[in-house]
Amino acid sequence: MIATETLPGALRRAVATFGAGFRHDYRLLVAVALVAVLVAAPVVALFAIAVGAQDNIWPHVVGAVLPNALLDTAGLLMGVGLLVVLVGVPTAWLVATCRFPGQALFDWALLLPLAMPTYIVAYCYVDLLDSFGPVQSALRHLLGFTSRRDYWFPEIRSLYGAVFVMGMVLYPYVYLCARAVFLMQSAAVLDVARTLGASRGAVFLRVAVPLARPAIAVGAALALMETLNDIGASEYLGVRSLSVAVYATWVNRGSLAGAAQIACVMLLVVLAVVLLERFGRRRQRYVGSAQRWRRADAMKLGGLRACGAVLACLLPLALGFLVPAGFLLHQAIGLIASNGIQPEFLVLIRHSVTLAGSAAAIACVLGFLLAHAEQHARGPAFSAIVRLTGLGYALPGTVLAIGTMVPVVALDNTIDAAMRTLFGISTGLLVMGSGGAVIYAYVVRFLAVAVGTMETGFHKISPHLEMAARTLGQSRIGALVTIELPLMRPAVATAALLVFVDAMKELPATLLLRPFDFETLSTSIYGYAARGSFEQGAVAALAIVVAGFLPVLWLARTSRIPLPEQLGAADAASRA
Amino acid sequence: MPLPDRPVLARLLCAAGVVAFAAAATSAQADEVNVYTYREPGLIKPALDAFTKSTGVRVNTLFAADGLAERMRTEGTNSPADLLVAVDIGRLQQAIDLGVTQPVKSEALEKAIPAQFRDPQGQWYALTLRSRIVYASKDRVADQNLTYEGLADPKWRGKICIRSGQHPYNTSLIAAFLAKHGEAKTEAWLKGVKANLAKRPSGGDREGARDILAGVCDLAVGNSYYVGLMRNAKEEEQRKWGAAIRTINPTFDGGGTHVNISGVVMAKNAPNRASAAKMMEFLVSDTAQHIFSDLNYEYPVVAEAPIADSVKSFGALRPDTLPLSEVGRNRKAASMLVDRVGFDN
Repeated sequence: MIATETLPGALRRAVATFGAGFRHDYRLLVAVALVAVLVAAPVVALFAIAVGAQDNIWPHVVGAVLPNALLDTAGLLMGVGLLVVLVGVPTAWLVATCRFPGQALFDWALLLPLAMPTYIVAYCYVDLLDSFGPVQSALRHLLGFTSRRDYWFPEIRSLYGAVFVMGMVLYPYVYLCARAVFLMQSAAVLDVARTLGASRGAVFLRVAVPLARPAIAVGAALALMETLNDIGASEYLGVRSLSVAVYATWVNRGSLAGAAQIACVMLLVVLAVVLLERFGRRRQRYVGSAQRWRRADAMKLGGLRACGAVLACLLPLALGFLVPAGFLLHQAIGLIASNGIQPEFLVLIRHSVTLAGSAAAIACVLGFLLAHAEQHARGPAFSAIVRLTGLGYALPGTVLAIGTMVPVVALDNTIDAAMRTLFGISTGLLVMGSGGAVIYAYVVRFLAVAVGTMETGFHKISPHLEMAARTLGQSRIGALVTIELPLMRPAVATAALLVFVDAMKELPATLLLRPFDFETLSTSIYGYAARGSFEQGAVAALAIVVAGFLPVLWLARTSRIPLPEQLGAADAASRA
Repeated sequence: MPLPDRPVLARLLCAAGVVAFAAAATSAQADEVNVYTYREPGLIKPALDAFTKSTGVRVNTLFAADGLAERMRTEGTNSPADLLVAVDIGRLQQAIDLGVTQPVKSEALEKAIPAQFRDPQGQWYALTLRSRIVYASKDRVADQNLTYEGLADPKWRGKICIRSGQHPYNTSLIAAFLAKHGEAKTEAWLKGVKANLAKRPSGGDREGARDILAGVCDLAVGNSYYVGLMRNAKEEEQRKWGAAIRTINPTFDGGGTHVNISGVVMAKNAPNRASAAKMMEFLVSDTAQHIFSDLNYEYPVVAEAPIADSVKSFGALRPDTLPLSEVGRNRKAASMLVDRVGFDN
């Protein structure tokens, strides 16, 4: 019936839905629209810059850049996409549904690679695997070769090297999203499959994974967008991705507008892919049940299986974290032994934590609002607005930073003009000069992370719970606070952690939008890297890792799935 | 705790606001110079500190890899920037093209800096020179002299390493080649060099020396000062890279060695113009020039300034006489040519 629906019919229905939404939820709609305007402003500014191009860059881009850049970009995205799913999903399944030695440790430790800035990991691996790194030196020593030309060794500075580095750093996005879903999956669903004769493997592949598809898609999309907007690691490893083309157009050919055009087209492609994935599961609903439910019993693994599980978890942890962090630690110990810890170092930590913490808090509040609105006021208008707010994540950081300046400076200049006319004093650029612009850029950039995480959280809460509470007399806000917020705690914690860690290691926007003489951990690492001795930044790099590590520990404690009976959801509803 | 009544709260907020604004307003009036820099501050800080010490003028820096000129343009008349320091003629030219600079007339600057290394209208001034040279394997290369043109000679097949052709350092070199030889010859040259590469362009200039040590290639194109940085590095590894190579100052056929600059422009809306001009002059004083040469292994732009011994060891520098403005003008074409010949693929 739906398939035969005519377009005007669909349109009318959409308008009706929109109108209905507006009647009942106008406050929500206004709030959501406000957030959208706030977040979209930099992207809109970028589109404006793109439109104002003086010359047409496209003949050159299409003729000389795209053939190779597309190949490299596609190879990079497919490679990283495959790797993050192949690593993230099985490890999440093992950790969430099985018991094996070290499982409690892997549960949170598998997140650690997220705390490593990608380009730092690239530097580490080049140092380790290059001709004179410890690995090849040992190999030569063992096998008696004298020169690099005598034997074959995989080249880390290559497309494969980039896939490896990014895959190993970014798989936690998929791991985190998939793990949350596997933990929340009701045993009933899995048991039904088992009683119908499915093996454990079949349950995983044909029930658990398909049910987790929205979450896996969110995680993979985040990892791929991060891959797409990366410039530092790509350039260093010799990959000609589209972001490198954006950079060359801007810096070498002096065409910011042209660069903005390429960036905008990339953005539209990303948007199309995200929408396509959603379109693919448009008729599917993935909600938990409001019935009392129980966790699937963890399967105890023994013998060879346990060994396999430990290896499967240990390998990505080692490659994504232990090896590069160990390398940094080795450098850092030497540095601290000779220099001690400088007092300025504490200032760096304070700056980083303040900026990233503020951004995480704001992104969580806004992300919760958006995901809540999308869940409850279902309708194309809401959905479209929410999608729009995620655009910032797919843009290369520096390009986004250029767009961010425009609304910030406009606000600053308005304040300045008002203060001049009212009080005769000039305030200059208040927000730009105070670091406010950096926080704003973080929120614009990482809101997609918060929204994505919270959406998957909301998907697992049955709307019936809220309906029950409302029938029992709770107000909308009351139901939100007493029912949804507690159930959403793991998702909120996850979102806060992801945004915090991402913001801690964010570099391009921090560099460009910060005030004078203001260093954070990531800018100071970059300073050393720019001087060619990134090893000197090892202490700061480790500090980012530790700063990411503490919230991961906390997250691991809070995001154990709270069972409905523990939360007393029914009690809360009846108390109302 | 009950909130104070509204008038009290409002007055408090007002007072706090005024104090904050007043603080913001006065902070802009202190005797200081605000520097936006594409150079890592560690590389210029010793010179800036020397300026503060001799004049008492405070220096604030903001370092970013890209986008500072765009930031100045967006900030407009309220921009706090006084000076913009950059390490490539292209960056300086870009700022001038964006209209965020103003010319500076200074006898001291004109006297100290050779005409080739400053803008005739006083829009930009060079502070230091860096040559784009060839690192050669001490063991495997006998040649003492090379030309840039000669890098395309098939005798180097599979023996050359270089970073991305889209890196500004290479773009400027290719732009100079283009200005001298025209498009057809440059294209053929780029193809020839590409055919000689031992591996796909990647890494930075230091990786060239590292690859020579590893035996991956015999020649690598890199900037002169990296040699000093590697040979005097804290890291033992880098000292090994520096020890594996010999420097050759290549020339263009019938010309000199390609030289790029680090330089400075004055911001159009510089709030501290006088102090900023004073600082520009200080940066070409013997004190500052020696600091650049001694710490960063760059050539001083002032001909008579003392050169550090480690820089002398790179060999005598004979800069090519092509005006740098020509290099700046040809960068876009050079960058597009790099794409067309698929240099980085």
